[in-house]
Amino acid sequence: MSSHAATIDHHHDVTTSTGIPNKKLFMWAFLASDCMFFGALISTHLIYRLHPPPGSPVVNKVFSIELTSFSTFILLMSSLLMALAVNAIQKGLVRSTRHHLLGTIFFGLIFLGCQVFEFTHFVEEKHITLSNSIFGSTFYTLTGTHGCHVAIGVLWLILMYIRSFKPADADAGRPWIARAFLHVLVFAVTIVAGMASVLGLIHTLQAHESLGEFAHTHVAVLLVTIAGLAGLSFLGTSKAAVEFSEANAIDVESMGLYWHFVDIVWIVIFTAVYLIEFL
Amino acid sequence: MDTIAPIAQHTHETPSAAKRPWLFTRPTAKTGLVSWLTTVDHKRIGTMYGFFALFFFLVGGFEALLIRIQLAVPNNTFLQHQTYNELFTMHATTMIFLAVMPLSAAFFNYIMPLQIGARDVAFPRLNGFALWVFLSGAIILNVGWFIKSSSPDVGWFGYAPLTSVAYSNQFAGDISTDLWVMGLQILGVSSVIGSLNFIVTIINLRAPGMTMMRLPVFTWMTLITAFLIILSFPAITIALVELMMDRNFHTNFFEVSNGGLPILWQHLFWIFGHPEVYILILPAMGIISEILPTFSRKPLFGYPIVVFSGACIGFLGFGVWSHHMFTTGMGTVATAAFALMTMAIAVPTGVKIFNWIGTLWGGHLQMRTPMMFALGFIWMFMMGGFSGIMHSAAPADAQQQDSYFVVAHFHYVLIGGSIFALLAGIHYWFPLIFGRKVSEFWGKLSFWVVFIGFNTTFFPMHFLGLNGMPRRTAVYDGNMGWNTPNFIATIGAFILGIGIAIYFAVMIYTYFKGEKAGRDPWDGRTLEWAIPNPPPEYNFAVTPSIHARDAFWYDKNHQDESAREKIQHARAESAHGGIHMPSQSWFPLFTAIGMLIGSLFLANHNYIGAICGGALTVLGAYLWALETPGGYHVHAEPEASANPYDKVSAAKH
Repeated sequence: MSSHAATIDHHHDVTTSTGIPNKKLFMWAFLASDCMFFGALISTHLIYRLHPPPGSPVVNKVFSIELTSFSTFILLMSSLLMALAVNAIQKGLVRSTRHHLLGTIFFGLIFLGCQVFEFTHFVEEKHITLSNSIFGSTFYTLTGTHGCHVAIGVLWLILMYIRSFKPADADAGRPWIARAFLHVLVFAVTIVAGMASVLGLIHTLQAHESLGEFAHTHVAVLLVTIAGLAGLSFLGTSKAAVEFSEANAIDVESMGLYWHFVDIVWIVIFTAVYLIEFL
Repeated sequence: MDTIAPIAQHTHETPSAAKRPWLFTRPTAKTGLVSWLTTVDHKRIGTMYGFFALFFFLVGGFEALLIRIQLAVPNNTFLQHQTYNELFTMHATTMIFLAVMPLSAAFFNYIMPLQIGARDVAFPRLNGFALWVFLSGAIILNVGWFIKSSSPDVGWFGYAPLTSVAYSNQFAGDISTDLWVMGLQILGVSSVIGSLNFIVTIINLRAPGMTMMRLPVFTWMTLITAFLIILSFPAITIALVELMMDRNFHTNFFEVSNGGLPILWQHLFWIFGHPEVYILILPAMGIISEILPTFSRKPLFGYPIVVFSGACIGFLGFGVWSHHMFTTGMGTVATAAFALMTMAIAVPTGVKIFNWIGTLWGGHLQMRTPMMFALGFIWMFMMGGFSGIMHSAAPADAQQQDSYFVVAHFHYVLIGGSIFALLAGIHYWFPLIFGRKVSEFWGKLSFWVVFIGFNTTFFPMHFLGLNGMPRRTAVYDGNMGWNTPNFIATIGAFILGIGIAIYFAVMIYTYFKGEKAGRDPWDGRTLEWAIPNPPPEYNFAVTPSIHARDAFWYDKNHQDESAREKIQHARAESAHGGIHMPSQSWFPLFTAIGMLIGSLFLANHNYIGAICGGALTVLGAYLWALETPGGYHVHAEPEASANPYDKVSAAKH
């Protein structure tokens, strides 16, 4: 055990046998396990793709490759923001880290929103459900499982973002925890209301209805979204000194590893589920 | 374990400790129920794993006896067919997932950190969580005995479409298969989390000088098993997810009428299931590789070869799964390839056996009880291995598939292999864990009764299988020529049961009244014997430094050098504040209870309840993260004594 050095070496941890921080090694081993997890699921999809029973949907007529390309691009860009967040915290820049975390969260939510839109569209317009075709079963289970991974990543990012407000003064413990839970709650409400607003707007535009009609029918969710965003910007301003620092870089980095992994899996899914149908 | 001398301790955040919110007040009880529920000590967690595993071992054994009573005579009406199906399903599931795996996990937890000179695992709270999640899975699997649905009845490998709603539900609302799905899913979570922890611990928490090629073989096998678990469990997780989707949300993964392929289940299951076989046997091989050198009073013969053979078995284990499916018509190329791979995996296994024989060769053999079980292991495991090789020939396997020959084979490798080694391990490490020694007479008696009972039960099954008796049949007719072997097998099962009863009675007696073992009773070679028994909470008063493969043996022969190093290390460590210990926590238990509640609701198809359970799990995990690892320091002052890692007095700081 060495005493704290003036600067932290983010690539070497003297307290471990290998110099690799425990959390990082743990995350790498977990991701190896998750590779097998997605491997089994993607294999299932590919096997059933080769054995479509009569009456299966014509898959390349179903996909909207433009939408999926857009959401893929957004997810890849979220990885860039994640990398910038890791870089910022390694330099001890807490404010910059927060901004990049918020950006990553926002991009992750756009991806999830696209997926919600896509699923709704497939069910309502293309009449593909979980149970009426084997394609529906494998497609929704595979992309839905990936979506759950993204959602868990977003939750993790939000919790890390909120954690960055923990005051340096340990005496402020109890009020801080109440505030943290309030923060989580406001995030949840804002995200649900915001997503409902945006999906409603898209629906309005597709149906060629007027924006006034949209504002009229979605007044509640719009107000909640605006109130939520105001709440978030209020909770996101904190003058007090915080505990979050360069020492937390390993926490952000582990989260980043997970996030990049989920993106890489999506590249495989995008290729093996979507692009392959257009060969 | 409550004989530890009082130890001065203080928290890291001494000035603000009083002002921590009550939610995050760390439990500090060292005895009593709370101390066990909130423990993060790898030794206590290992002990609890062992306790629960042995309990389920007895449950599984009881189920086996009921099965044997039913089969004792032809056309027996002792059990109904439905009950019989539940019994063989639960016997296998219990023995594999609730007895052998957690008993191995008990040794991983207890022994592995001691062998590498660590004070705990890398993530102590996560280790506690793995234990409670295991217990949750065990409850979910067994809850069926107490409800109307009754227990799972689809066989331990749950082949599709037997698990579909159409075939597996006796009546509307029968959730036995859902309980099986959720139970295995939760046990998988526990195993993967535990294994990730062991991997990080072995790679990152080795004492100075403990290079990878100086690791004791048991630790090596822990590492390989942990990798097998994290890489193979995802396959069954996905298979179970697909099955759950089929049962709960009417997807078509295994629904033939809509294009589902039941064969996919078999592939996914055995991609997990075959590595699982090695997950059950590699820890056993590790235990044997510790016991044989100790009682032969020689180093292990060909250490690197034993280690690489273990890794090779683990690696090849991923490429042989289809030998469970030779009769499904995979085609000649696939069948030939898997047959060849299966034959190939016998090579590293045989290499290990020769190395064990090489260890015994020319040694000063001490026939103590652990050694008896270890020698029994080598012989019985080889018998199971030979019938395994017979299965690798696909044409022969077509005859043996689903017959009692297969039952004989896997009981030889699982009882004669895994269980013998685990029973040997309990005897071997009992003095370390509880500080008392089992009497040689009673130990050996239990060995011989178990040995005779085991062979009487399972040897006749080879003949039953070759004579065509199919497995999983509740009744057979009297004119099939199966009467005598079945009757002998049932008698053998009761002899085996008596042997196990003697074994347990002796253990319980020894725990309370046994002879005090004293330190290092077997003249051991590895680091776990360097510490007093029962071990203090912090394991090593001074972090050991390692100079050779059999680290403790080296120290015993270089006492001056070790003593000097100990004094240096002790000074360095006390200059850094003493021994760092992790704080206890409620949240591993809390989070696991959230999972238990959510899974039970999910098995009942009650999604609101499942979401609430999930939310409780997330809440637990968040609070867990917010409470931070914590920790405190203790000070143990070593004396320069013959046993250099000795903790003699605990000094106040």
